[in-house]
Amino acid sequence: MDAPPHANRTHSNDALFAYTLRLGDNCLVLAQRLSAWVGHAPALEEDIAVANVALDMVGQAQLWLALAADLEGQGRNADDLAYGRDAGAFRNLLLVEQPNGDYAKTLMRQFLFDAWHHPMLVALAASSETRIAEIAAKAAKEAAYHLTRSRDLVVSLGDGTGESHDRMQAALATLWPYTGEMVLADPVDEALAVTGAAPDLATLAAIWSDAVGATLTEATLVRPADGYAQRGGKQGVHSEHLGYMLAEMQFVQRAYPGGTW
Amino acid sequence: MYAQQIKTGARRLKSLAEMEPQERAFQEHVDAGSKIEPKDWMPDGYRKTLIRQISQHAHSEIVGQLPEANWISRAPTLERKAILLAKVQDEAGHGLYLYCAAETLGISRDQMLEQLHNGQAKYSSIFNYPTLTWADVGMIGWLVDGAAIMNQVPLQRCSYGPYSRAMVRVCKEESFHQRQGYDSLIKLCRHGTAAQKEMAQDALNRWWWPALMMFGPPDGESVHSAQSMAWKIKQNTNDELRQKFVDQTVPQADYLGLEVPDPDLRWNDARGSYDFGEIDWEEFHRVLGGDGPCNRQRLEDRVRAWEDGAWFRDGLMAHANKKADQKSLGRADAA
Ligand SMILES: [Fe+2]
Ligand SMILES: [Fe+2]
Repeated sequence: MDAPPHANRTHSNDALFAYTLRLGDNCLVLAQRLSAWVGHAPALEEDIAVANVALDMVGQAQLWLALAADLEGQGRNADDLAYGRDAGAFRNLLLVEQPNGDYAKTLMRQFLFDAWHHPMLVALAASSETRIAEIAAKAAKEAAYHLTRSRDLVVSLGDGTGESHDRMQAALATLWPYTGEMVLADPVDEALAVTGAAPDLATLAAIWSDAVGATLTEATLVRPADGYAQRGGKQGVHSEHLGYMLAEMQFVQRAYPGGTW
Repeated sequence: MYAQQIKTGARRLKSLAEMEPQERAFQEHVDAGSKIEPKDWMPDGYRKTLIRQISQHAHSEIVGQLPEANWISRAPTLERKAILLAKVQDEAGHGLYLYCAAETLGISRDQMLEQLHNGQAKYSSIFNYPTLTWADVGMIGWLVDGAAIMNQVPLQRCSYGPYSRAMVRVCKEESFHQRQGYDSLIKLCRHGTAAQKEMAQDALNRWWWPALMMFGPPDGESVHSAQSMAWKIKQNTNDELRQKFVDQTVPQADYLGLEVPDPDLRWNDARGSYDFGEIDWEEFHRVLGGDGPCNRQRLEDRVRAWEDGAWFRDGLMAHANKKADQKSLGRADAA
């Protein structure tokens, strides 16, 4: 009997599906958070910048979720995944669903994420899975810009006035427990790392830690001690915040089923 | 319009013969269709009128982000979310070009914002209406951006160079917005469910009259309007533009299968235009005066964004100053 076409792979489509969902959900959830600032940001230039980053993230979410839907093979599309899943089926990191807080917290969340997201996408651009590599290569260019922006703002505000420094430091302390999850490998990460479909998270952890450390020093901010890393988002166990976000995001689709938009 | 009822400071129009040589040269330059640039001499009234108009226009773009941003988080598909984000981002960009254009006349962006926040400067009455359903987003694109285009296309020929050039960029994007808004209504009305079409009709019922009010009251004997026209800041009367808008828009409503909420609306063969009903100018003045459904909310949102953001702007400024000091210290050391 002929071997099935995917017999040489050690990971299943399920793992790939789970992995692309994570990538897509991170983008979607963060875009949703950022959107809330549009029209309400501290300066006109920030209204524009925050909309721009959110727009990039929606675009990336569309690509990842379309791929996820395809891998799943159940006839769903990206919108079905975005608008039809309950919180427990979302696979984003806890970090990106954290509430906006003040603009300091929003920027710090963005920086901590970008410092992981950019090297992650650069590594994924070399993925053994062509479709992942293609999306990652495109997204990495946008992420490079996001990282430059959020990094510069963290440095400026950390080393700005007493108040801006204190706000950034407080934001860092609040968000730090949610950063560990980004580089904590679970069986899905491990399965994909073995085949070269995804990077080894230990390598990524070092890149992230160095980049964040250097930026915080330049920003005159104190790096918090590593404590217990909050986790669960990648497996679908979220904070209380996500359900409210989805209730808002999915409202129109749920109130008008079967519509054409 | 985005700038409604702009005062010019004029009591009556001067003839060329009555003008001092400098003002006469200015007026002849304008009459010949040439542009006035920031460094050129200009009458004080011309400068003040433009500052009023351009800043009001800029404020409208900025406040105008709010009713649409209200639906970004609830946009029904990822594509619609992306389109709406891009549109609202464009509007903020329009605000930015317009503030820059006004700054060439000798006022700072901070001064203009102060005037917005303390209620001294106005913005378009239209943004004081609420966006209650997803169909309102399409309605704003179709009607509000559509009305804005009617007004802004002639402004591309405005006598003041920086304003006319800003309008050229803005107009391209506005027509894109208008098409996207209309396209989303086509989806609701021609491809959607009965409930979706009902949502669109309800939105048209609420937005039609406020959209017509955007053009402002009839110019009548307004000396301000005559003065703005003589200065080529304004090119058409409010009623001309409103009529053009109605004539363009009614057939589009027909295509959607929506009913324009005006029992007096009918085609007039003799005029080659639609006749339409009386606009409730009392409502217009009430909304412009501060008692529209959302005036307080819109202004509060903008003031809160500005006040809550003070630490951010101060922080960036402080950092930039530190860097500049280090640079000059470095230069002193090297010397
Ligand atoms: Fe605009
Ligand atoms: Fe627009």
